Amino acid sequence: MASQALSAPLAATTAAHDGRRRRELIAFAILLAAFAVLPHLVKDVYAQNVIVLTLMYAALSQSWNILGGYCGQISLGHALYFGTGAYATSLLYTKFGVIPWFGMIVGGVIAAAIALVLGYQLFRLAGHYFAIATIVIAEAGLLLVHNWDWAGAATGIQWPFVPDSWLTFQFGRDKLPYIYFALGLFAATWLVTFAIEGSRWGYWWRAVKDNADAAESLGVKIFKSKMAAAAVSAFFTAVGGAFYACFVQYIDPDSVMAFKFSLLMALPAVLGGIGTLWGPVVGAVILIPLMETTSSYLGGTGRGIDLIVYGLLVMVVALARPEGIVSLFSRRKAPKA
Amino acid sequence: MNAPLLQVDDVSRRFGGLAAVSNVSFEVGRGEIVGLIGPNGAGKSTLFNLIAGALPPSSGRILFEGEDVTALAAPDRCRRGIGRTFQVVKSFDSMSVLDNVVVGALVRHPHAAAARRKAAEVLDFAGLAPRAASPAGDLTPPEKRRLEVARALATEPKLLLLDEVMTGLTPAEAQKGVELVRKVRETGVTVLMVEHVMEIVMPLVDRAFVLHLGRELAHGKPADVAADPGVISAYLGDRRRAS
Amino acid sequence: MTAQIFLQIVASGLLMGLIYALIAVGLSLIFGLMDVVNFAHGEFMMLAMYAVFGAVVIIGIDPLMAMPLAVAALFVVGATAYLGVVQHAMRAKANIGMVQIFATFGLAVLIRGVSQFLFTSDYRNVPAERNLLGGKTIELGGVFLPLPQLVGAGISVLAFVGLWLLITRTDFGKALEATREDAGAVALVGIDKNRVFTLGWGLGASLVGLAGAILAIFYYIHPDVAAPFALIAYVTVALGGFGSVFGALVAGIMVGLAEALTATILPPALKSVGIYALYLGVLFIRPKGLFGSL
Repeated sequence: MASQALSAPLAATTAAHDGRRRRELIAFAILLAAFAVLPHLVKDVYAQNVIVLTLMYAALSQSWNILGGYCGQISLGHALYFGTGAYATSLLYTKFGVIPWFGMIVGGVIAAAIALVLGYQLFRLAGHYFAIATIVIAEAGLLLVHNWDWAGAATGIQWPFVPDSWLTFQFGRDKLPYIYFALGLFAATWLVTFAIEGSRWGYWWRAVKDNADAAESLGVKIFKSKMAAAAVSAFFTAVGGAFYACFVQYIDPDSVMAFKFSLLMALPAVLGGIGTLWGPVVGAVILIPLMETTSSYLGGTGRGIDLIVYGLLVMVVALARPEGIVSLFSRRKAPKA
Repeated sequence: MNAPLLQVDDVSRRFGGLAAVSNVSFEVGRGEIVGLIGPNGAGKSTLFNLIAGALPPSSGRILFEGEDVTALAAPDRCRRGIGRTFQVVKSFDSMSVLDNVVVGALVRHPHAAAARRKAAEVLDFAGLAPRAASPAGDLTPPEKRRLEVARALATEPKLLLLDEVMTGLTPAEAQKGVELVRKVRETGVTVLMVEHVMEIVMPLVDRAFVLHLGRELAHGKPADVAADPGVISAYLGDRRRAS
Repeated sequence: MTAQIFLQIVASGLLMGLIYALIAVGLSLIFGLMDVVNFAHGEFMMLAMYAVFGAVVIIGIDPLMAMPLAVAALFVVGATAYLGVVQHAMRAKANIGMVQIFATFGLAVLIRGVSQFLFTSDYRNVPAERNLLGGKTIELGGVFLPLPQLVGAGISVLAFVGLWLLITRTDFGKALEATREDAGAVALVGIDKNRVFTLGWGLGASLVGLAGAILAIFYYIHPDVAAPFALIAYVTVALGGFGSVFGALVAGIMVGLAEALTATILPPALKSVGIYALYLGVLFIRPKGLFGSL
C-alpha cells in the first residue's frame, strides 16, 4: 500500500500521540526537579528516610509493573529478585570487596537470568496457577537463604562500617546521596517504561495481556514477550534490592525476601493504576508515606492499627478504583455502561 | 511461484474421539475470494484455526506459496503472510483502536513510528478513522468486526482469513462489509471467508467450498454450489424454507 | 530406613495431610464455584482458632465441644466476606483478576490487624486443664500417634464424606454444581446465583473453620499463625487442581507425607523443602494440577 496523506481525524490522532509523549516527558522532568529540591526543604532525617523509601518503591513498583501491569503476568514473588540483588551486592562486597556499584549490576543480571529460567517453566501456567507458583518459588528461595550458612543464614549480613564514600556507596548519616540514587533509579525505571510504551515491546506486551490468541495471530511471540518482560522486570527489581542493602547496611533473609515485599512492590502500581506509566509513582507517593507514618505512630502500640489502616486502604482502592488513581486524571471518557 | 497460494492437503482434526474436520483438501489461488460455507458445527472455524496455525492438524498438510507450513505456529504463519480475524471478536480492549492496529503493523514495520504510520493508513482504508483514539472496548459490535479486519490487514497479509465478519450486522452494515472485502481484494489480497449468511457470501465470492459435518460436501462456482442438491438439503434448503 | 520409621512417617504424614486437605478444600471449593482465589483464607482459619479459644476460656467447654460453634461463626464470616467485599470485587469493570486478589488480600490484612487489636499478638494455648485431647499420644506397635491429630484426621475424613454427600445428594449441592458449570445459565432455571455464592463462601469458610478448630487443640494461637498454613493450602489447591474437591484431599495427603518425609531426612528447618519440591515437580509435569480440568 503506497503511503498517502492521512485523513484529518487520523492526522489529529497521530499528532495527539506525539504531543502526549512530549507532555509526559515534561511532566517527568518537573517531577524529577521537585524531588531533587524536596530534601533541601525537608531536612528532618525521618522524613528524608521516607523520601528514600518512597522513591525506592516507586522504582520497584515501576519494575513490577513491566511484567505485571504491561504484560499481565501477576507475579507475587518479586521478593525473590529483590533479595537476589540485596544478597549479591552484600556478598560481593563483604566477602570479596567488590564495590556495590558493580554488585548491583551483577545482582541485576543474576536476577534476570533466574527470571528467564523460572519463566521457561512458569509461563506455561495460567492465571492463578502462575501467581501461586511465584509465591511458592519466592518462599522456597527464602527458605534456602535462611539455611545458607555462607550467606549468614538467618542472622544475615552486616556491612562493615567505613567512612562516607561514593565508591562504596556508604554514608553514615547523610541521606542525600541515597535520595539522589533512589531518584536516579526511579528515573531509570520510568524512562525504560516510557521507552517501552513507545516501542514494539510495549505494544506486544499489552497485546499479550489483553488477548493472547489475537496477539499470536498478529505475529506476536507470546513466550518471547513474557520472557523479555520478566528479565527487564527482574533486573531492575534486583538493582532496587541492591540499593536497599547499601541503604540499610544490614540484611537478613526476612528483611529482604519476605512475602510482604512482593506485595509492597505490586501495591503502588495497583493503587496508582496498573499497566500505566504514572500509576506506580502516584501509588508510591500516597502509599509509602501513609504506611510509614501509620506504622511509626500507630504501629508502636503493637495493636495492629497500622495493619487495619493498610488493609482497609488496599481493599477500598481495589474495590473503588480498579483502574487506579491515575484514571481519575485521564481525559478518556468513561465507557458507556 | 506457480503453486496456488494456499493448499489444504488431506487435513483432519480430531478432538478426543470427535472428528471436527475429516480429510479436507482444497486450494485457494492468488487474487481469489473464496467462501467457506456450511451450517453451524460444520467445522469451518476449526479449519480456519488449522490454516492460521492456532491449532495443529491431527493429520494432513497445509502449504502456503508451495511451502509446507504445517509445523509453523500462528505468529510464524502471520509473518509468512496469513492474516485472520476471529469469529468471537478478540480486540485488545485496554488499548486504543489505533494501537490495536499498530500491533498488527509491527510484523512488517519493527519501528513503532513506522508501524503507527502504517496503522493509521489501514484505519483510513477500513473506514475507522473517526474512532482511532477511542479505547477498543468502547466500539460497537460492527466497529469491532471492522477493527479485526483492519488489524489483520495491517500485517500486510497475502491471504486474509475472515471468520464470520458479517455475523450480527444489519443488512446496511453488512453491505458496507461487502464493500470493504471487495476493496481489500483490489489491493491484491486473497480472501478466504467463512460465512453462513449465504445471501451475502454468494454474490461476493468467486468460488465456494461447502463443509458439512467436517467433510467436503461440494465446491465450485457459487451458482453451481447453490444448485447442488446435497447443499440445498444440508443447508440452503433449511434457510429457504425458513424464509 | 527401618520399617518402624517408615510407618511413623506414613502415619504422621497421613494425619497432618488430612488436616491440610481440610484447610485447603474450602479454598478449592470457592475457586471452583466462581474463579476467585481467597487470599484471606488463612485468616479465616485464624479466626476459628480464636473462636475455639474464646469458647474454652469464656464458656469453659472442651475445644471439641467448641467446634460446632467455630464452624457456625465462620459460616457467618465467609458469607459476610462475600456480601461485603467479594461481591463488589466481582463487579469491577477493569483488571478484575487483580481486584479480586487485592480486595481479599486487603481483607486478610484487615482481619489480622483487628485480631491483633482485640487479642494482642501474644501466643496463646487452649488451657491444658480444659483440653481433653491436648498433649496425649497413643502408641500402636511402636508408631506414635498424637491424639489431637488422630481425632482431627478422623473429623477431616467425616467432613469430606459430609461434603461429598452435600454435593451429590442435596438440592444445594446440585445448585452448587450447576453454578460452577455455568453461572450465567443457572439464572434461567431459577437459581439465585448470588445466594449460591453467599452459601458457597459460608461453606468454604466453615470448612477451614473446622480445620482451625482442630488445630486450636494442639497448636498455639496468634494473629499471624495462619501464614504458613495458608501457603500450604495454596500449594495443596494448585497441586490438586483448582476447584477440585477430590484433588484437595489427595494433594493434602501428599503434602502431609512429603512434609513428614522431609522432616525425617533433612534438618527440621528445611521441612517445607519437600512440599515445594513436590509442588513444583507436579506442576511442571501437569500445569493444571493433578485433577485440574480448567
